[in-house]
Amino acid sequence: MTPIRPRGAPLTPLTAKERERFDFAVIAHWIPEGEHVLDLGCGDGRLLRYLNESKRITGYGVEIAHESVLGCIRNGVDVIQIDIEGGLSGFEDRSFSHAIISQALQAMHSTERILNEMLRVADEAIVSFPNFAYRVNREAIASGHMPVSEDLPYEWYDTPNVRFFTIADFEALCDKLGIAVRERLAFDAFGQPVTDDPNLNGSLAFYRLGRA
Amino acid sequence: MSLENSVGNVAPQRFCRNAPLALKGGGQLPSFELVYETYGTLNAARSNAVLVCHALSGSHHVAGTYADKPNSVGWWDNLVGPGKPLDTNKFFVIGVNNLGGCYGSTGPLSINPETGKRYGADFPLVTVEDWVAAQACLADDLGIDTWAAVIGGSLGGMQAIEWSLEFPERIRHAIAIASAPKLSAQNIAFNEVARQAILSDPDFHGGHYAEHGVVPTRGLRLARMIGHITYLSDDQMDEKFGRNLRNGEHSFSYGVDFEVESYLRYQGDKFAGFFDANTYLLTTKALDYFDPAYAYGGDLAAAFARARASFLVASFTTDWRFSPARSREIVFALMHNRRRVAYAEIDCDAGHDSFLLDDAHYHAVLRAYLENIKV
Repeated sequence: MTPIRPRGAPLTPLTAKERERFDFAVIAHWIPEGEHVLDLGCGDGRLLRYLNESKRITGYGVEIAHESVLGCIRNGVDVIQIDIEGGLSGFEDRSFSHAIISQALQAMHSTERILNEMLRVADEAIVSFPNFAYRVNREAIASGHMPVSEDLPYEWYDTPNVRFFTIADFEALCDKLGIAVRERLAFDAFGQPVTDDPNLNGSLAFYRLGRA
Repeated sequence: MSLENSVGNVAPQRFCRNAPLALKGGGQLPSFELVYETYGTLNAARSNAVLVCHALSGSHHVAGTYADKPNSVGWWDNLVGPGKPLDTNKFFVIGVNNLGGCYGSTGPLSINPETGKRYGADFPLVTVEDWVAAQACLADDLGIDTWAAVIGGSLGGMQAIEWSLEFPERIRHAIAIASAPKLSAQNIAFNEVARQAILSDPDFHGGHYAEHGVVPTRGLRLARMIGHITYLSDDQMDEKFGRNLRNGEHSFSYGVDFEVESYLRYQGDKFAGFFDANTYLLTTKALDYFDPAYAYGGDLAAAFARARASFLVASFTTDWRFSPARSREIVFALMHNRRRVAYAEIDCDAGHDSFLLDDAHYHAVLRAYLENIKV
């Protein structure tokens, strides 16, 4: 993956828009042209539209929020309005090449079920999430406050997030569920790739997962 | 009712087909007529036509008003008109009364050319497939090769589905609202009770009541009352009527005590005053028989393999007659075939009847989908 900003560019945290584009680019990088994907918690369908326009990738989004479903329909994105907390019954086994959860797993309760379901309906799962153990977040906690940053842009009282986990936690869960990490990428808040101690230095984590 | 976005005064038109139509249940109609209305203008490319299919008691009168009857607003007027979600500035919209109907299309009230008398009970049982075949004849006559969309709620949604299966190349978008790929046992049971109410009315006379100068009003009335209970949600009934008393006290008689009784009687009476019992009977049978998966051993996904249209499927959370789970069956069958489909499950407390209402989010969904249709 090429960083979103050239080396030597001034180091300011990515804006929300840059972060989204970055997220999309990382995910698109992992999906071959023309594949058929499922995007869970797809919001207004921007990722699917991006995948379709950039790589002719087809598929469906899944959303529960009414406004997001409306947004998808406005964007011409095929969206299925169901609550994935209850699983993906009705979705056939291995009917997608990839099941994606982009920046949404932390806002869902049934983490284990969702991960298992993703790898039932798709050959691979792609998951991206904010790493709560990122240095800046640790510093916030150390100073006595819940972290608020570009990657965790909510106050504790209005956050949609319900699961607070780290890169280390996530990998432990994958191990427990028999899920193989096929590839992992971590980036700091400036969009620079992180290889050294990603659980400390990575703000955003991306995983390509398969069955172990 | 917003009059400024109304299509205004409308007049029904008549399409006559002087060629036989073979029916799915066997036999044929030697010829038939369909009464229909149009709103908006067919564009030069003939690419903007939208067919609106009606449900059990609906008609071709979808939008607008008849000049001589100011209260005759079409049944889906809140959806269809200039600037409305189904925008007649963009689309050429057609409403048609189905075969077997009682609003002017060939049906039990029509004269049977073979006997010179009304068909009555002799009118053949027509199916959703037959309706769509007849609608296709009308489309041919109007020079519409391909519908931009076919849209309907409930039984109307079944027709939209059937279009996508019977004429896959002639429909670009299918919009099925509060619909189902087939009726459940419970659905059929409700229909059977409604039919028995009519069939057991002493005024039914084996369906030839017209010859006896009577109408099986009591049966029709009961049928409609039963139907109405299933169209509303428990919550909505509670909200609308609760245990409110008509006259402020219990009468200890079989007269009207509760508001809900009054409502049902009113709806039953109103309906029995204009709807034809034979049409009601055959329409409920058309509903019961509809099951595109039947010919595929119950495999709905296999049935949908030939569909080419893009779909919008919508259901309502409080609809227990055609519940969201039934709409999801359609969605999953389409997904199996990798067809384009958007599915919205709309929060609306009005049960099955929600599809006729103008809930803001519901209409926003329809508007968004229809705006993206290229014409």
